[in-house]
Amino acid sequence: MPAKNLGSTTTKVTNFPLNAWYVAAWDFEVTRNPMARTICNKPLALYRTEAGKPVALADACWHRLAPLSMGKAVGPDGIQCPYHGIIFNAAGRCVSMPAQETINPSATVPSYPTVQRYRFVWVWLGDPSKADPDLIPDMSQMDDPNWTGDGRVISADCNYQLIVDNLMDLTHEEFVHGSSIGQAELSESDFVTSHTDNTVRVARWMLDINPPPFWKKNIRDLYPDFDGKVDRWQIINFFAPSTVCIDVGVAKAGTGAPEGDRSQGVNGYVMNTITPETDRTSHYFWSFQRNYRLESQSITTQLRDGVTRVFGEDEVMLRAQQQAIDANPDYEFYNLNIDAGGMWVRRILERALEQEGRSLSTSPPRNLG
Amino acid sequence: MAATNLEIWQTGTIVSIEELSPTIRYIEISQSNPAKADVGSHIDLMIDVNGVAVRRSYSVVTQSADQATVSIAVLKTRNSRGGSEAMHQLKVGDELDITQPIQNFPLRFGAQHYLLVAGGIGITALLGMARALKAARASYELVYVARTRKQAVFAAELATEHGDRFRLHIDDEDSPLSIGNLVAQQNDATELYMCGPIRLMDEVRRSWVSQEFDITNLRYETFGASGWFEPQAFTVKIQDQNLSLEVGRNATLLDALESAGVEVMADCRKGECGLCELKVKSVQGEIDHRDVFYSEAQKIEGHKIATCVSRVFSSQAAPEITLSID
Repeated sequence: MPAKNLGSTTTKVTNFPLNAWYVAAWDFEVTRNPMARTICNKPLALYRTEAGKPVALADACWHRLAPLSMGKAVGPDGIQCPYHGIIFNAAGRCVSMPAQETINPSATVPSYPTVQRYRFVWVWLGDPSKADPDLIPDMSQMDDPNWTGDGRVISADCNYQLIVDNLMDLTHEEFVHGSSIGQAELSESDFVTSHTDNTVRVARWMLDINPPPFWKKNIRDLYPDFDGKVDRWQIINFFAPSTVCIDVGVAKAGTGAPEGDRSQGVNGYVMNTITPETDRTSHYFWSFQRNYRLESQSITTQLRDGVTRVFGEDEVMLRAQQQAIDANPDYEFYNLNIDAGGMWVRRILERALEQEGRSLSTSPPRNLG
Repeated sequence: MAATNLEIWQTGTIVSIEELSPTIRYIEISQSNPAKADVGSHIDLMIDVNGVAVRRSYSVVTQSADQATVSIAVLKTRNSRGGSEAMHQLKVGDELDITQPIQNFPLRFGAQHYLLVAGGIGITALLGMARALKAARASYELVYVARTRKQAVFAAELATEHGDRFRLHIDDEDSPLSIGNLVAQQNDATELYMCGPIRLMDEVRRSWVSQEFDITNLRYETFGASGWFEPQAFTVKIQDQNLSLEVGRNATLLDALESAGVEVMADCRKGECGLCELKVKSVQGEIDHRDVFYSEAQKIEGHKIATCVSRVFSSQAAPEITLSID
């Protein structure tokens, strides 16, 4: 393909592909009691059938647009509008219209394909004929018996791509997360970027360094007496459009981790998948998974709460960044060498959006005069 | 799915017309404000019938790759509400008000098997679905019933496109099509999509109900354009008012009432919503219920009529109906 000056270099508020699986909720969030959640600017009603299958319907009754999420699950797979009692099934088809003897043939609400996988409920809002479950990114560490961990969902006040940028370049850890995972070696060490049509990888090794507080604690959970230098790795794996699984860990320095022997270390996977809520807000689902001390619920809770604090620092920065972007419409982004991972992501997103006939950039905010 | 039933009006310009048969013409219309037509969608348009702008619905048969134009096929029929004859007067370059494509008949992906049943010009609603199901490598059959071979204008192209998944039935050549057998061969995993004359759709519905299949898997669209009997002119009287109107063969009861200044609430104008109903006081002949709003029991009772589509038929005396407005 000939070189092309892609608009991705300066897009500040990135549009989202619709032909993609996005996480709508943690599996435990979706129950027989309907809930409301906006995904990609579309309000959805989420609930489960009696058989346990997750259902995503447009959250507006066909009749007078009352939110179905305020209604209740009825029958094997139905949901009843709370206003006039009209019932739709999981396919979004009306099955009961209480005030008349027949059902209006047009009475349907959009129903979106769902899949439950990796402890999440995934939804596809684009062309349903393309909704192949095999396109769900690999997050197998979420429910592989060799791994354990837990996480949360953050309501982030920023465009989803700003979060992906944040995860694709971890040099910010030195400055944003100085008390936990940050250290100067992050910015000083070299990194290697590679990519395919829908994945990007950024790998960084920091050899023979002092572990930052977070990793010192983790390696001591496995080796209580350990007090020395470590080899630290961060291997960032992006799957289009917005999943980032980061292979992280430290091993006792010089024990062969860079060559593939991680037996003298501790390994975690930071599982991140970001779902656009609106152009400027996101549902940021994450979990910290580990493959050691699987029996310890205490470590699971400590790690979850620790990462919650770390990501709280990101939330503050991302909100401030989005506000600054919107307050400074005349200024562009500049890109640095450290942005390589995020830039490959943007190029992949731009191609995906181009295929859908949609632009990479969303329209400017309406609330700015 | 990105189903939308938003009604956004725009200007349509006729860019080409092809006469597929003496009674069916294929009309390509450019959209002034182009929008995507998902399979199953239709456009509404305003067409002048004897000086009155009436609203009609036509399925989108195809859309150009750049989404700029939509194509529809229009059957000229006596058995209609007058729009089709006017549509057959249109010329290339003519402009008319059209909506962007409206989706009330969405195809759901993921069923184990699909049966598409088209009667006559109703094929226009199902052509795109068959194409989409083929592309999705779904299991499907397309049954196309036409009165004569001449009217089966899409048969050759469909046979090529769908091979043995396609079945053509010509009424005046073949032995009668057994809808009952066709439906009985299905099971609970089949979704049936149909569009065609009300007789055909009613027969399918009865078979479907008698098999006790899930009624929500029976999907259909009707533009209220067909009835059980050929349309006749008839007289309508309003109780307690000195009013007697003639409803012409090509006009609807609702049209006639509105033209005479009788204010009737109405909305869908295709026999679905039931807003235009009036009470029946007496009838000479029988009511040709063309709506899908009333149940079978309600139709047999005959206490009410959907004035937008239903008519009065009589093989002997002059057909006449007396309605009450209160």
